Amino acid sequence: MHSLLLGSRWLLVLLGFLTTQAQAAAINTSSGWNMPTGVTGISQDIYSLHMIIFWICVAIALVVFGVMFWSLFVYRKSKGAKSAHFHENTTVEVIWTAIPLLILVAMAVPATGTLKQIYDSTEADMDILVTGYQWRWHYEYMEEDISFFSNLGTPQSQVLGEEDKGDFYLLEVDKPLVVPVGKKIRFLFTSNDVIHAWWVPDLAIKKDTVPGFINESWVVIDEPGTYRGQCAELCGQNHAFMPIEVKAVSQETYATWLEEQREMAAAEAQGSQREWALDELIERGEGVYTTYCAACHQEDGSGMPPAFPALRGNPLVTGEEGYSKHIETVLYGRSGTSMPAYSDTLSVADIAAVITYERNAWGNDSGDRVQPTEISELLSDD
Amino acid sequence: MVPETLTDTAAGEAAAVHGDDHHQPRGILRWLLTTNHKEIGTLYMLLSLLMFFVGGTMALIVRAELFQPGMTFVVPEFFNQMTTMHGLIMVFGAIMPAFVGLANWLIPVQIGAPDMALPRLNNFSFWLLPVAFTILLSTLFMEGGGPNFGWTFYAPLSTTYAPPSTSFFILGMHLAGISSILGAINIIATILNLRTPKMRLMDMPLFVWTWLITAFLLIAVMPVLAGVITMMLLDINFGTSFFNAAGGGDPVLFQHLFWFFGHPEVYIMILPAFGIISAIVPTFARKRLFGYASMVYATASIALLSFVVWAHHMFTVGLPLTAQLFFMYSTMLIAVPTGVKVFNWIATLFRGSITFDLPMLFALAFIVQFTIGGLSGVMLAIAPADFQYHDTYFVVAHFHYVLVPGAVFAILAAAYYWLPKWTGVYPNVKLGQAHFWLSVIGVNLTFFPMHFSGLAGMPRRIPDYALQFADFNMLSSIGGFLFGISQLLFVAVVILCIRRKGEKAPPQAWEGAEGLEWQLPSPAPLHTFDTPPEFIPERDSPSRH
Repeated sequence: MHSLLLGSRWLLVLLGFLTTQAQAAAINTSSGWNMPTGVTGISQDIYSLHMIIFWICVAIALVVFGVMFWSLFVYRKSKGAKSAHFHENTTVEVIWTAIPLLILVAMAVPATGTLKQIYDSTEADMDILVTGYQWRWHYEYMEEDISFFSNLGTPQSQVLGEEDKGDFYLLEVDKPLVVPVGKKIRFLFTSNDVIHAWWVPDLAIKKDTVPGFINESWVVIDEPGTYRGQCAELCGQNHAFMPIEVKAVSQETYATWLEEQREMAAAEAQGSQREWALDELIERGEGVYTTYCAACHQEDGSGMPPAFPALRGNPLVTGEEGYSKHIETVLYGRSGTSMPAYSDTLSVADIAAVITYERNAWGNDSGDRVQPTEISELLSDD
Repeated sequence: MVPETLTDTAAGEAAAVHGDDHHQPRGILRWLLTTNHKEIGTLYMLLSLLMFFVGGTMALIVRAELFQPGMTFVVPEFFNQMTTMHGLIMVFGAIMPAFVGLANWLIPVQIGAPDMALPRLNNFSFWLLPVAFTILLSTLFMEGGGPNFGWTFYAPLSTTYAPPSTSFFILGMHLAGISSILGAINIIATILNLRTPKMRLMDMPLFVWTWLITAFLLIAVMPVLAGVITMMLLDINFGTSFFNAAGGGDPVLFQHLFWFFGHPEVYIMILPAFGIISAIVPTFARKRLFGYASMVYATASIALLSFVVWAHHMFTVGLPLTAQLFFMYSTMLIAVPTGVKVFNWIATLFRGSITFDLPMLFALAFIVQFTIGGLSGVMLAIAPADFQYHDTYFVVAHFHYVLVPGAVFAILAAAYYWLPKWTGVYPNVKLGQAHFWLSVIGVNLTFFPMHFSGLAGMPRRIPDYALQFADFNMLSSIGGFLFGISQLLFVAVVILCIRRKGEKAPPQAWEGAEGLEWQLPSPAPLHTFDTPPEFIPERDSPSRH
């Protein structure tokens, strides 16, 4: 009975394992334990290349280990094996140098072809500039005058285990990259700070974003869908928390989306001209704070001293005399610390809102209100 | 505990024979001032064992965090410090010193030399290391924490964006690097000058050959590492812009320099292992090593090729197509001489008379596991496929297969093989077998699932991961703890040997072993081969016909 119970428990574990693997398959075109086949011609070429070489390696391993274990079994001293005296054989040695060489040549030929294709980014229909930031991605549609940041969409509470983790835990963003299917898209890659790497397995693109340099890659996506990826180059403490979400849509949907983006940009521009109420600023500021500040300064403003100072009760954030220094810190960062400059990253409304939020949240209660126009003036003075 | 062996019996016998070491300092000073290659070898290996556990503890902290998705155990910043320090400590503190320790102990007794050619330099090279690692480890307690940019410390994450302790990290690396260069000079000087009469280069045991080639690699690339960390130091403290794009520098230059050092460094950590396996397999197959000459040429080819493959670590950095093709082809070529080695070992087993003593178990596991690491290496060499493999757990699986089930198993095999010579007693068989089987299960359970999590898309160096990687990570963590804890059995085996508890070993500790060291008593006295031993190539050379 006992062993039966134990047996059924193992069965459950196994079943659980298989079902999670099945769920995994839904997230990308990977089976959950192998490379995804992907949704582009290149990704499928790479997958076949991977499988061919994998099976060649398996075959080599079987032969090598087969001979080895057979020898170990047959030539045991305990079975009375007497050792032979040979210790070299030129013919054999030439053969086992030449055969691997031929196998390698056979591998190199298709690999070279695929590589040449990957490097041909000419005649693209559109260009998207991808810029790595600590720790978010910035996308700029070069021909459309549209650009935005894409941040981690998973709430901190899921990371800390206070809430159940969603299906796309750490693979979801607040604003995905939207692209049309069937068009040749050229990606240009650079970075604002350290080296990151933009990787979407289903598109078979992994390219480093290097500050001061521009890298290229390209893709034609065949199937509409959402393709997820992650930063692949260690870029600091939140390296695990800057995912990529690419939404491939039909060309009509893409045109509609572009129109929406233009309207939103216009509304945003208008918003930065007008007077904002305190509640309005705080509400917007809280969202900005969660996305951009909470990773270091924490959701409750307690920070992680000494590297990341607390904002709650910080004289810079509560006091009269800290007011302009506070704004300056958010706009231009603090050199020699991890505090980055946000003047290029955030809109003036976002900056005004987040500063207002920080000066009124967690019992800081200064009642200060920073208007977007005030930030615009400061920036235009420079 | 170690002195007991050497003072009580070994040194005692030596004193009786030579009567010249009664003026030796005692206690701690003896170890601080020693110029004896055996004592320095012992020191290197004990330091390596200590660092293996320090680096291993860090790995277990990493595995504990990765046991389940979510940030459950440490914060991301500390996680990054642990992955970084684990890599640095294991590469520079555990594996390299273990091989240098083996070189110190074995090269003189294998070539019939009384000691290393430069004994005082030998002492200095060793004592630089504890200083280097004290400095390196102390950074963990500094404000802003220790190095958190990975053991490859790519700029500008390691310069402009690095914690203030980075200058100490650089100092520690400089000291470890100087230690390696001096050690390598000493090994070359010893091998080229102190061989017993009539022993030609092609008569040397393969362990000596592999170390001679490794030493040249060290001298060639350690100065490059010193250069690159000095450039970092200048960028951080003196306002230069070698790697700072904003000042006209090039972050990718860092990677070229680092990997020009880093790739040969990988072979520095595996070539001596080839030498060890080439000593153990013939002993327990009771048959001479197959293809001695081709082993030497294969080692030399691997070493030469290692200088022209470095950018295969940088396939996604944005190299031009021609560079990509060159580095793909040159990397694939390495499979040829590496294959020759594996085939030679198997041909040695073929029609042998095989027993499965402890050193042989580890050596055989090495051959299988290293080959797995080698085959995934061939896959990684294929540049287009590497766009999917690069910086994932597939790479982590690959290099750990070469380094842990590979190099570490070879070091353990060496320890089991030569412990009778070092201490005079055989390692405890029951404990050793338990150690072996738990290690094999643990190490494969840790690293094999990483192939799958990597292929399915898990990037390396992340403290938290998407849910589809959860099962593989749990397996890896269980395996990691099993492997880590099993290594305590090895410590027990070593302590028993040092305390001389166990079966006494004769001079020829293993029936089929060849080499000058087996002419010496077990344990080997402190001073050996004061007069060069007789060596007749036709009778004693591993390349004889």
